[in-house]
Amino acid sequence: MDLRYSREYEEYRREVREFLKGHWPPSGEAAQGSQAEQAARFRALAIQRGYVARSIPAAYGGSEQPPDVLKAVIIAEEFGRARAPADVRGIGASMLVPTLLEHGREDQKLRFIPPTIRGEMQWCQGYSEPGSGSDLASLKTRAELIDGEWVVNGQKIWTSGAQIAHYMFCLCRTEPGAPKHAGISYLLIDMKSPGVEVRPLRQMTGTADFNEVFLTNVRIPADHIVGKRGEGWTVSRSTLKHERNMIGDAAGSRVLFEGLVRLARETKRNGKRAIDDSDVRQQLAALEGYVLSHQYSGYRQLTLAARGKDAGIAGMMNKLTSTNIGHSVARLALDLLGDEGLLAPTNEARGIRLLPRGHAGWITQNMWSLGVAIAGGSANIQRNVIAERGLGLPRDFAAQREGSR
Amino acid sequence: MNFGLSEEQELLQDTVRRFLEEHWPAKKLRALFDGPSGHDADLWRGMAELGLLGLTVEEKAGGAGLELLDLALVAEVLGSFAAPGPFLGHSLATLALSWGGSEAQKDRWLPRLASGEALATFALLEAGGGWDPAEWGARLLSAGTGLRLSGQKIHVPAAEIADVFVVGVAGGGLALVERAGEGLCIEAIEGVDQTRRVCRVAFEGATADLLPGGNEAAPRVRDAGLVLLAADAFGGASRCVELAVEYAKNRVQFGVTIGHFQAVKHQLANMAVEIEPARSLYWYAAHAFDHLPAESQRHAALAKAHLTDRFMQIARDTVEVHGGIGFTWECDVQIWYKRAMFDRAFLGTPAVHRERAARLAGW
Repeated sequence: MDLRYSREYEEYRREVREFLKGHWPPSGEAAQGSQAEQAARFRALAIQRGYVARSIPAAYGGSEQPPDVLKAVIIAEEFGRARAPADVRGIGASMLVPTLLEHGREDQKLRFIPPTIRGEMQWCQGYSEPGSGSDLASLKTRAELIDGEWVVNGQKIWTSGAQIAHYMFCLCRTEPGAPKHAGISYLLIDMKSPGVEVRPLRQMTGTADFNEVFLTNVRIPADHIVGKRGEGWTVSRSTLKHERNMIGDAAGSRVLFEGLVRLARETKRNGKRAIDDSDVRQQLAALEGYVLSHQYSGYRQLTLAARGKDAGIAGMMNKLTSTNIGHSVARLALDLLGDEGLLAPTNEARGIRLLPRGHAGWITQNMWSLGVAIAGGSANIQRNVIAERGLGLPRDFAAQREGSR
Repeated sequence: MNFGLSEEQELLQDTVRRFLEEHWPAKKLRALFDGPSGHDADLWRGMAELGLLGLTVEEKAGGAGLELLDLALVAEVLGSFAAPGPFLGHSLATLALSWGGSEAQKDRWLPRLASGEALATFALLEAGGGWDPAEWGARLLSAGTGLRLSGQKIHVPAAEIADVFVVGVAGGGLALVERAGEGLCIEAIEGVDQTRRVCRVAFEGATADLLPGGNEAAPRVRDAGLVLLAADAFGGASRCVELAVEYAKNRVQFGVTIGHFQAVKHQLANMAVEIEPARSLYWYAAHAFDHLPAESQRHAALAKAHLTDRFMQIARDTVEVHGGIGFTWECDVQIWYKRAMFDRAFLGTPAVHRERAARLAGW
């Protein structure tokens, strides 16, 4: 065990810092144009240097670097500190691109990957339906091949970012006679196609970050399918695997916790600073036990990954641990706010800010902690996964009957 | 950066695990738990032969010269088997001598403690007092050329079989008392954890020797103890999860094993999520102890508070998963339940250490 970086990595960190000092924030000619243009120019440079899009082959616009977890951590830390544009975030880069790399045709990779990792092409995910949440494979949206085109009819729900996305990767039933999981295909839908209607869904926070998407006789080219007909379930599983592989947000939990400590210093309880109250101190220290465990478990998982080993059950717990911490923070923050807990949430767009802004921001965090515990596989589904795959307990009756997964 | 065990450390844990699987079957644990003595001399000898008693002792005294993390990795495995005996007190007394002893004291004791030829223990708590060095009241008085110790210590582990005691004294220092001397009165206390039995020890003018570096060593030894208890708790809690999962895979109700029921599955998943990430917290605290001095005190406190709390709750959940049988004396779960009670209370409850952690953070 050694928590220092070796000389090689310290040298690498220096290089990254040097690069950032020279190029971000941009100055002179590089500072011209819109923010988006400046970011795009910087990102192109960072790709050349091997700091961004590291896992993407050069043929598809990436920098094609050998995998190195520690370098990735250094880049994340240094780019974060400099607030420089790093890897494009969002569901396109994190889920669609890895899926295309694994299952896509050459022409699909060439067409969709480069603009996605440059941040020019936005994606949304067409999985959940009103009747198909945790039981996703029961989905009913149909696609029929008619005159060389897929004709799609159905409804998707909880579609984050559909209002701005250029494309949707979408699961549709294409083989109605086949068993549940074998009848699904993975299609790419241009959101500007006639028949696509996006209706915002307003959340309890008051903002509308996700949507319902109605698909009525939407026609898309026959070759906008990833993988073969009826193999969409397998293709989508690999997407979910990539989603789970995304490095846990332990660093986010840490930042949130430190914000909570600051809140305890600023607010009063019984006429003195809340942080001087023994009950508050106990609760903060108890919560910090979870936060540190989460953070160091992340270190351990990174080390295992660098050694080419599987993290096992620990790797299945990151999301649940993170959202459990989010719930605890929400509870304690509300206590600290006292009467300010009567305020409405602030109307910030994309409310999953790492650190709430102002006291009302903690009300927003309080509500978002519920949203993130449900999105991307609810807490109860996480518990199923941990119990079944991690602890080897028997599968759910219903899932067992259908022989799925 | 590397936050993982070395091959040697993995091998160390495997070796201890295999040793206990072979020499410490559930039947023996049960017999000891129900029996009059909390000590198994064969087991202790075996641990000595593996070199576990001298892991942190310097090499010239016959030890392995390793770090607290190595010792904690052993404590984890002992916790997972609910292995009985004087390991905790012996380890802490050995560390106290290593850090606070004079050359003469070290020469006299460390080789024998490392080999298992002599057994040491650590006496801190006094009735109505606390574990903290500032709270110790036992008094050292000069008598002729030597020193005499007067005072009473409670919850002293393995005192009945110890050859030498490291005792916390007024002013926060440490004194060495040999059992062979006069003025020692040892009386068993009916403790909750039958795998780690405790005594009341009255020192009535006992011949004593001061550890010259005792004042500096004392808080350090206390912190090492917190880390070892956290490691024991991780081992014990993880074993509880295994016991509960095993039971859920075998117990049949309504025609199926109860592990089919989502209520049970989710309870088991929650137990695993409570404890597994905390493995890294005790690792970090143990590593910080030797390498990150600025963080070590606070991490020892937080690790002890967090892990022993988790162990207690998981042991409770394990009883619940077992249903009625889990509440009986026959069911082995009670052994870990009581071990959790020991880990949680010994050297101070979670609340005590959370308050310390708050102070150390400048809150």
